[in-house]
Amino acid sequence: MSTTVATAGAEGKTWAGGNEPLKASYGKMMMWFFILSDALTFSGFLAAYGFSRFKFIQEWPIADEVFTHVPFLHGQELPMIYVAFMTFILIMSSVTMVLAVDAGHHMKQQKVAIYMFLTIIGGAIFVGSQAWEWATFIQGDYGAVQTKGGNILQFGKYVDVEGEQKFKRVALADFVNAAETPRVQHERKNGLWFTDEGTLPEYSINDVVKGLKSHPEVLVRTQLINEEGQKTVLTREASLEAIQKNGKRTVMGANLEVNEYGSPLFGDFFFFITGFHGFHVFSGVVINIIIFFNVILGTYERRKNYEMVEKVGLYWHFVDLVWVFVFTFFYLV
Amino acid sequence: MGQEHNLAIFRGLVKFKSNTQKIWGVLIFLSIVTAVEVVLGIYKPEMLEAHILGMKGLNWIFIILTIVKAYYITWDFMHMRDETPGLRRAVVWTGIFLICYLIFILLQEGGYVFEVYKDGFITRDF
Repeated sequence: MSTTVATAGAEGKTWAGGNEPLKASYGKMMMWFFILSDALTFSGFLAAYGFSRFKFIQEWPIADEVFTHVPFLHGQELPMIYVAFMTFILIMSSVTMVLAVDAGHHMKQQKVAIYMFLTIIGGAIFVGSQAWEWATFIQGDYGAVQTKGGNILQFGKYVDVEGEQKFKRVALADFVNAAETPRVQHERKNGLWFTDEGTLPEYSINDVVKGLKSHPEVLVRTQLINEEGQKTVLTREASLEAIQKNGKRTVMGANLEVNEYGSPLFGDFFFFITGFHGFHVFSGVVINIIIFFNVILGTYERRKNYEMVEKVGLYWHFVDLVWVFVFTFFYLV
Repeated sequence: MGQEHNLAIFRGLVKFKSNTQKIWGVLIFLSIVTAVEVVLGIYKPEMLEAHILGMKGLNWIFIILTIVKAYYITWDFMHMRDETPGLRRAVVWTGIFLICYLIFILLQEGGYVFEVYKDGFITRDF
């Protein structure tokens, strides 16, 4: 009763209802606010990464020395190339997505389907590339020694490059020989039945000490960044002392607990942030596939508008947007 | 639908004939910016390593270029340019304000913890 009274006098007036001050449909607006909240989640992660980096500002790994690999170009140090390729793939798939949205505005079903398909392919290539990046990071390349204090000591030697003395990394395998009688791994059947031991490292710390003594050119590099922005290289005596006094175990590659490149937090944040982003890309691909089939089946043709394509488009561009920031803060800065 | 698109970018300096053309134009621009970032990231010119306002000049360039890219992705790919000012401000201003605040408090705290470690209250050099 009261409602009829209220509307009767307000017909044609501003508060009569039916106004769309933002001129956007409910679904599109909610997609925007979802994106806003997701952007805050990602910036929370990236700001936490910044926090940890500022906390260990003098010993943070240098990204250019970590991500140097490109598929099929084995053994060459090419920082940035592979990640630039990944960035380009994602921007390209963003472009095909926006072309699909544009074709949708013109009600061209065929074109929307083709562009959606290309977008899905781009997303799949990106997720695949990220898997390769993870695998390379987990596998590692040179190996290092973890000290009792949790610091990482790496190895290298000075080589003559065009008349200049340059520090080149040396892999553990190049100067360390594994002991003939390695320690027996603890298994449930020959020790405590209720606990397991992880895989034993290939080299013990004694093997490293032996190898270091027999290779006088090999030096230790610490995590500390000096004034030139390079990691500090110790003298021969200090190298031997550092390994003998503080060395605890050898580390190969990266996991959530330790990584051969430096602070374990670097690996943790890398896995967590790129993983969370990769999960977004993956779910974006799945949603794109659903919409792609809807386009093919003519759902939006019958609905007489392609706004669903626009909404998933917003999500897809957001994934690209986040990558732009992840790219900057993990690989460039 | 026949939605109207604003086809001018760079404050009206470049005007495109159709929405499709604008998309390719923005792609070219984004690719150039990314290429500049990658080249600077590989070669790291000496002159840009100097510290400006507490951070390397090069890092400032990277962050500014990133924000430029984010702007064009949001404005042209996500069509924020075509939305009403109300929707645009509700999304963008909220995000920018909260993100700036978050970055400020966390980086401030990170710097403080660094000082505590550096001044020798905790030894990590072993």
